[in-house]
Amino acid sequence: MSDETGHIVKSFEQELQRLRGLITDMGGMVERQVALAGTAILARDAEAASQAMEADARVDALEREAEQFVIRLLALRQPMAQDLRQIVAALKITGELERIGDYAKNAAKRSIVLAQFRLPFPLSGLGNMSRLVQENLKAVIDAIGEADVAKAEAVWRSDEAIDAIYNALFRELITYMMEDPRNITPCTHLLFIAKNLERIGDHATNIAEMVYYAGTGVPLPEGRPKGDGSAYAVVHPHAEEDVHPHAEDEAAHTQKDEGA
Amino acid sequence: MNDVPATPAPIVTSVPETKEIPAPAPARISIRRLEFFYGTNRALKGIDLDLPERQVTGMIGPSGCGKSTLLRVLNRMYDLYPGQRAEGEVLMDGSNLIAPGIDLNQLRSRIGMVFQKPTPFPMSIYENIAFGVKLHERLPKAEMDERVEWSLTRAALWEEVRDRLFTPALGLSGGQQQRLCIARTIAVRPEVILFDEPTSALDPISTLKIEELIDELKQDFTIAIVTHNMQQAARCADQVAFFYLGELVEVGSATQMFTAPKQKQTQEYITGRFG
Repeated sequence: MSDETGHIVKSFEQELQRLRGLITDMGGMVERQVALAGTAILARDAEAASQAMEADARVDALEREAEQFVIRLLALRQPMAQDLRQIVAALKITGELERIGDYAKNAAKRSIVLAQFRLPFPLSGLGNMSRLVQENLKAVIDAIGEADVAKAEAVWRSDEAIDAIYNALFRELITYMMEDPRNITPCTHLLFIAKNLERIGDHATNIAEMVYYAGTGVPLPEGRPKGDGSAYAVVHPHAEEDVHPHAEDEAAHTQKDEGA
Repeated sequence: MNDVPATPAPIVTSVPETKEIPAPAPARISIRRLEFFYGTNRALKGIDLDLPERQVTGMIGPSGCGKSTLLRVLNRMYDLYPGQRAEGEVLMDGSNLIAPGIDLNQLRSRIGMVFQKPTPFPMSIYENIAFGVKLHERLPKAEMDERVEWSLTRAALWEEVRDRLFTPALGLSGGQQQRLCIARTIAVRPEVILFDEPTSALDPISTLKIEELIDELKQDFTIAIVTHNMQQAARCADQVAFFYLGELVEVGSATQMFTAPKQKQTQEYITGRFG
């Protein structure tokens, strides 16, 4: 949308710029935090893990700062139309970024426990997932900075791929646990880590929705393309994977672990 | 598990017609192809606009955009000035209000107007209201008393002036004077009330009282309000029309106009980027 015409009140224009700056700073910080968490998990890097965990306090502080600033803008400027949408979107985006930071912190924390185990299997699925999540997060943070609704929409559509990897990973980890009970502890942590990454992907799509709405004034339609079928995943012992994805008693096996 | 189509569904590009848009009310006044001229200066250009019954239509736009001119057309204030003329149609109950042969006294009793500055007559509060009523109907004393009380009550002024109805109206505060003018307007029981920047000369509390009043009055009257105060239009109006250089640029529900206007000019004007 057009933003080329400046506001008649220059100080308001500067405040809007400052708000954009706060959000992109926070976005950059969270992006780095997620990257550190990924390194902590995949490279068993304890230093990266502690950095990812420490970053959370700064992200939280930035969220509070942005929140105060938005309240001030709403009270003093009484924004309308695109300004209003941008400011409300900024407020919601900071909330989403803060959640992403929490998930990154949680994943980093688990990586420390995980490092104590020798894993008899590769983490390639998780590596792919981490890479895709980081790509989407980067794209959506760029979309905020550039107010690029097309880019936001692309992120919104591409979360499906992350969900697909998550499903595959879910089954894979259950299989490892069935193979050898000694895998249960690390695999459980890995499940939560995968879930954290999957949630980060979801929050990135929420941000994409805000960017799209702020730019166009039209919400993205309900019903984002979703592929998270892990709630229905069943892996039977002594059976090939994927044989009975829809067993009659699937409800009994339904697993949900919201908010690890 | 997932029933996502192979090709992405098209993104909806229109603003969904959501519930906050008031239910469509029948038009009390329909303006069609309206043109207005101050001499040779064309001040309104092909305006098409409906004023929905018992709703508030807010008219916004920069100075000289034609919004006040439109109000002046609606109750034919321009008739007082030579060289000013309107073309097109302003339809109310099937008759064209700007056609020759319309009884102006009757028209102005059906379409009342409240101005920017309070304009009480230099007479008592009671007489200010009775004066206008007497132009249109003969009422016995008791009925006139009732009408005065009714109008003052509807204008949220009765409680403040009931004990001094026969004192000069000019002794009232600015906000009270404006409410008196509103009482005077509704005393003749019009169908439509036009407000031309009714609060621009008032303090914030008096302004809020007038806005509250407008909100109550729309239960009985169809209202059009011209205002320079965007927040006021947002607070008061159900429907908002944006004018620029004599043209109606965009009209829509207040919610749509102030959150997601469709036209770039509207967007720039209401966010303070105009010019």
